[in-house]
Amino acid sequence: MANALRIAAVDRLGLSLGLTPGLTLADARARIPHLVAADMDRAADAALLARLADWCDRYTPLVAVEEPDGLVLDITGCAHFFAGEENLRRAVMEGLARSGLTVRGSVAGTPQAAGALARFGRKTLGRHDIVPPGEEEMAVRPLPAAALGVSPEVLLALTRAGLKTVGDLADRPSAPLAARFGADLPARLARILGREDVGISPRRPLPPCLVERRFAEPVAREEDIVAALAGLARRAGGILAERGEGGRRFEAAFFRADGRVTRLAVATGRPTRDAAVVMRLFRERLAALADPLDPGFGFDLLRLAVTVCEPLGESQTSLDGRTVEDEEVAALVDRLGARFGPAAVLRPAFVDTHIPERAVRMVPAASLDDSTTPACGWSAGRLDDPPARPVHLFDPPQPIEALAEVPDGPPLRFRWRRVLHEITRAEGPERIAPEWWRDEAGEEPTRDYYRVEDTAGRRFWVFRRGLFGEAPAPRWFLHGVFA
Amino acid sequence: MSAVQETLQALRRSIAAIEPAATEAGQRFTCGAPAVDELLGGGFLRAAVHEIFAREAADAGAAAGFTAGLAARAAADGRRVIWVRQGFCVAETGALHAPGLAALGLDPRLLVVVTGPDAACVLQAGAEALRCPALGAVVIEPWGDPRSLDLTASRRLALAAEQSGVPALLLRIAAMPRPSAAATRWSVAAAPSRPLLANTPGHPAFDITLLRHRSGLESRRWRLEWHREHRLFHEPPPLPRPVVPLPAGRPASPGITRLARTG
Repeated sequence: MANALRIAAVDRLGLSLGLTPGLTLADARARIPHLVAADMDRAADAALLARLADWCDRYTPLVAVEEPDGLVLDITGCAHFFAGEENLRRAVMEGLARSGLTVRGSVAGTPQAAGALARFGRKTLGRHDIVPPGEEEMAVRPLPAAALGVSPEVLLALTRAGLKTVGDLADRPSAPLAARFGADLPARLARILGREDVGISPRRPLPPCLVERRFAEPVAREEDIVAALAGLARRAGGILAERGEGGRRFEAAFFRADGRVTRLAVATGRPTRDAAVVMRLFRERLAALADPLDPGFGFDLLRLAVTVCEPLGESQTSLDGRTVEDEEVAALVDRLGARFGPAAVLRPAFVDTHIPERAVRMVPAASLDDSTTPACGWSAGRLDDPPARPVHLFDPPQPIEALAEVPDGPPLRFRWRRVLHEITRAEGPERIAPEWWRDEAGEEPTRDYYRVEDTAGRRFWVFRRGLFGEAPAPRWFLHGVFA
Repeated sequence: MSAVQETLQALRRSIAAIEPAATEAGQRFTCGAPAVDELLGGGFLRAAVHEIFAREAADAGAAAGFTAGLAARAAADGRRVIWVRQGFCVAETGALHAPGLAALGLDPRLLVVVTGPDAACVLQAGAEALRCPALGAVVIEPWGDPRSLDLTASRRLALAAEQSGVPALLLRIAAMPRPSAAATRWSVAAAPSRPLLANTPGHPAFDITLLRHRSGLESRRWRLEWHREHRLFHEPPPLPRPVVPLPAGRPASPGITRLARTG
């Protein structure tokens, strides 16, 4: 029955009726004709888990997701905010149960021990909710070998060898175990027994600086929220000042009372710890939101994380006051970036290539650092010649119909956008060969560029792609417009 | 008689008090051509909006070049220039090409290009940039005649420019002049250049028309050329010979040449 529909998960009522995961749906329907079944939706499950993980962020910044149904919270140093591990655990469990979920949870010294106890603990020896430090081994020994989370083949082999519980394995030397069941097994064993702690891989890295504010009652007015955020920005600024640092990226997390979490991030071009600057960026960001921050029944927790920090000394003003001006422009660039997105505020960066469309790379203007661009890069030829490059460049080049002298004369007239241009003056060709080290197939033809001027005095940059007498036949393109 | 003159003086003083104090030389930037600068009273006002229209949509390159030249003149002291463009302009007229701007004398290292999805965003970003007094110039380039660019919007820009003292160059491609708060309004078209050796295209040449001036100057027309080395506009000597369009259907040069239609 390889292709049969099987039950992936059952609720409490189904369990009490004797249904178990793995049973075929036809069998289950035969037993219980009025069974209600829904298709499994892994994406929706993952989304729900991610939302729950967001909600758990309020207890600790370190939350990891264990697909498909587990969450691991690193509560090191967090428990005393909630009056002890027992109260913290109860708060999490009750919060999750309120949203209609069946939850099991336990607290232990390593994430693997806690996970094994939560998944397998209750069945064998009753409640093992909180394991005191150092007693992980005692707690996990009675658990079945399946708690190690090994593959079904290894589990079958262990069962055949008579090693049914974690305790059976814990007594044996690890070298033969590794030789027989794979090197993975002793490592898993050490983690579950609390002998080794590798920590968790949190969904979000721990920010260098984190401040938060909890409200006794959910807050819904936008002015109050912004004022509270400003208070957090000042606190973060104080912490950064003590360290001699400034933030480059700030992330505000708004925890709604019903569990939804909204995050907004702003970035600055230079490190800052000025609360007014940060708040101005956040206001721009809030104003630019397509759907405004929906407070619902209000936010009960506000958190501000400085996710990127850099050293920031006391600023020194140069004699001509240019530093102050640069700061002002950098602040303006940050504001424009916060409102229109960093991808909309760019500056040209020099690229050392002859290919015109690659000669410029637009980089985010937030890094307004002149030192990275070589000064000589932009100088273009002799100053008593006319400009050799156009002010407007089309990418990709625009195809035109041209009439030209063979083999390599400039066009006499060309038609672009349905308008015929008669050429009176022309200069060229300027031959630009493709970069062979990029063009692997060797199919990119050589281009001959001409500067041409039409009867109305408009100057264009046109090129012929390919040479006469070669296949494919050459084609003409308009690449740019001169001033 | 003297009573009349006193009244006149008093009126002038009260007008000067109402008008923003921007008559000193440092409050203007010149374009380089004496005829133009003298007519404007010493150059372009810094704390004001200058509208630059491309005479036809095909003159977008010339209008952009003229604007870049003015921006380079206004930001000659090494301040930064912010160029706000509507995203549609890139598709229609091509992207701003930094080497070309560098060739005109506008240092790309001082340039910040902001792209807005629609005209309202472009005007908003332009107004925001204009409030920053540390800039050399702000170029605002919406496409066509957007509804959002009405008299109120242009007054807002003019007010922002007045307070910060940063010139706003409103570049208008495919647009018709309408009432606005601009101090000057120009129409720019490409002009035939003075050919160099072997009849090659010469330096950028512009055919500019002063359409409107706030103090009611008459419409005037000049032919200007951009001087790369000195980074200024100047009036070139008249063309050595009249520009005659090539007759269609005949080769450019006498003699037998083979022509091929391609593309």
